[in-house]
Amino acid sequence: MPPLLEIDRVSKAFDGVQANVEVSFAVHEGEILGLIGPNGAGKTSLFNSISGEVTPDAGEIRFEGQPISGLGPVACARLGIARTFQVVRSFDSMTVLENVMVGAFARASSARAAMTAAEQVLAFTGLGARVDTAAYLLTPPEKRRLEIARALATNPRLLLLDEMLTGLTPAEAQAGVQLIREIRAQGVTIIMVEHVMEVLLPLVERAVVLNLGRVLTEGRPQEIVRDPAVIKAYLGDRYAAA
Amino acid sequence: MMVMRSLAAALPAAPVRDNSILRRRRHELFVAGVVLVVLALLPLATHDVYFQNLIILTILFAGLAQAWNILGGYCGQISLGHALYFGIGGYVSTLLFVRAGVPPTFGMVAGGMVGALAALLVGWPCFRLSGHYYAIATVVVGEIGYLLFLNWDFVGGASGVYVPFTGHSLINLQFRVSKLPWHYVALGFAAIAWLTAFLVEGSRWSYSWRAIKDDVIAARSLGVRVFPSKMAAAGISGFLTAMGGAIYAQYVGYIDPDSVMAGSLSILIALPAVLGGVGTLWGPLIGSAVLIPLSELSRSYLGGSGSGVDLMLYGALITGVALARPQGLVSLIGVKRRSGGGDAPAA
Repeated sequence: MPPLLEIDRVSKAFDGVQANVEVSFAVHEGEILGLIGPNGAGKTSLFNSISGEVTPDAGEIRFEGQPISGLGPVACARLGIARTFQVVRSFDSMTVLENVMVGAFARASSARAAMTAAEQVLAFTGLGARVDTAAYLLTPPEKRRLEIARALATNPRLLLLDEMLTGLTPAEAQAGVQLIREIRAQGVTIIMVEHVMEVLLPLVERAVVLNLGRVLTEGRPQEIVRDPAVIKAYLGDRYAAA
Repeated sequence: MMVMRSLAAALPAAPVRDNSILRRRRHELFVAGVVLVVLALLPLATHDVYFQNLIILTILFAGLAQAWNILGGYCGQISLGHALYFGIGGYVSTLLFVRAGVPPTFGMVAGGMVGALAALLVGWPCFRLSGHYYAIATVVVGEIGYLLFLNWDFVGGASGVYVPFTGHSLINLQFRVSKLPWHYVALGFAAIAWLTAFLVEGSRWSYSWRAIKDDVIAARSLGVRVFPSKMAAAGISGFLTAMGGAIYAQYVGYIDPDSVMAGSLSILIALPAVLGGVGTLWGPLIGSAVLIPLSELSRSYLGGSGSGVDLMLYGALITGVALARPQGLVSLIGVKRRSGGGDAPAA
């Protein structure tokens, strides 16, 4: 079976700054892949390429074997790629339920069907008691959940989570980890960008480390944290020698 | 996702819990029922032909403003060329009646279809323009339509077309003596426009428009398609506006480019919605109830010397509302505004 997602020598520059340089890796159906690296490593840029927000300058991205580079975010969403954003982008004039219905309309044939689907997703993501709340009134961890619910409502095969655990208290982060596990158990493949290493590493089977736009290494979490190149990228030369 | 996939199979039967959306929509329908009854009984209040005419025009423009509101309010695409569709509706139904004997009740549907087609033809290139450029393009297109009809002999040119009286007939929308039937024709039209807006408000399109206004990047990431929903809004709005134009032409009995296609008419169609509250179900009616009587009264009391005073009053009123109540008059009576403002979304 071909990988669900293949990143094939993808490069992207913004105003002359190389955000991604010949990045290649594959994501397999049903896995949780961690995408890590220091600030400015090109993680979010790569997310934007996968979700169709930007078009890579070179290279190709294939989803279920089909090239998707340049299709744009709407087509990517309809193919089954959903995402959350590093800075939460809730629809603040709407209630929680209405926010999620926007996502549900990607698949639902009628408003009633979208409403039913949205309610199911909200129950699944633990926001069942907040359906009628205005989105802007939610707490930060609830807003993160709302973004996930909205993305799930599009019925994705692949979910991109951009720093969804960052800035949460340890208890909130643990609840988030639990939700991510439950989503994967439903058959959704997940790529997550994260800074909180101690939360991320037990959660993922495999991690890809980006540094200065390139793939530094990829492998199982235990191997990666011991890799001198990774330590050097994160902490500098002095710690790598130790 | 299995939860969602299994759900898709069970969709039609799946019950929905009561929520704020369903409660609000039930409430709106109830209010609409009450308003409809009140407006239906309104002719009992006066036998004065002048006031009857005023009420008919107010209701007719409430329907027209609602038609505009679907595109300009809910969808956020400000059109300043709706007189084009209004005029097309008037000309199609009138010419079909005068030249081919087609009853205006059928003619107004034909006019609506031509109006919708015109709105789609305008939208096809113009929706590719972002922001306020769409509004500017509609002004230009409206003027082109006006000049075209002014110089087109087949449609009567500058001298216009008279609707001959062929005897009392409901199907021909010709009524002897009483203005009462016109009251119900206008009310029926306004009710259709309101119901259409109500259905649009609950549909996927309305969710798309609101999502785009709130955050276009998030909306696109959820698969929201912008262009088709704008075309849908244009088609619906064009159809209803042209239908209103057909009714107006039969009511007045005479049309020429100045009375049904002038640029000032485009403003008159848009203003009640703007004043009452764009993107709301009741804004157009409230705005019309203020503006149309104001316009007619100032015109009749100030006479020929006062021409233009009504427009000055409009300007003052709009400025005042924009400053004090940017959400429109509808926000004064505690009706919660649902949709985003008139700002065209960057799409």
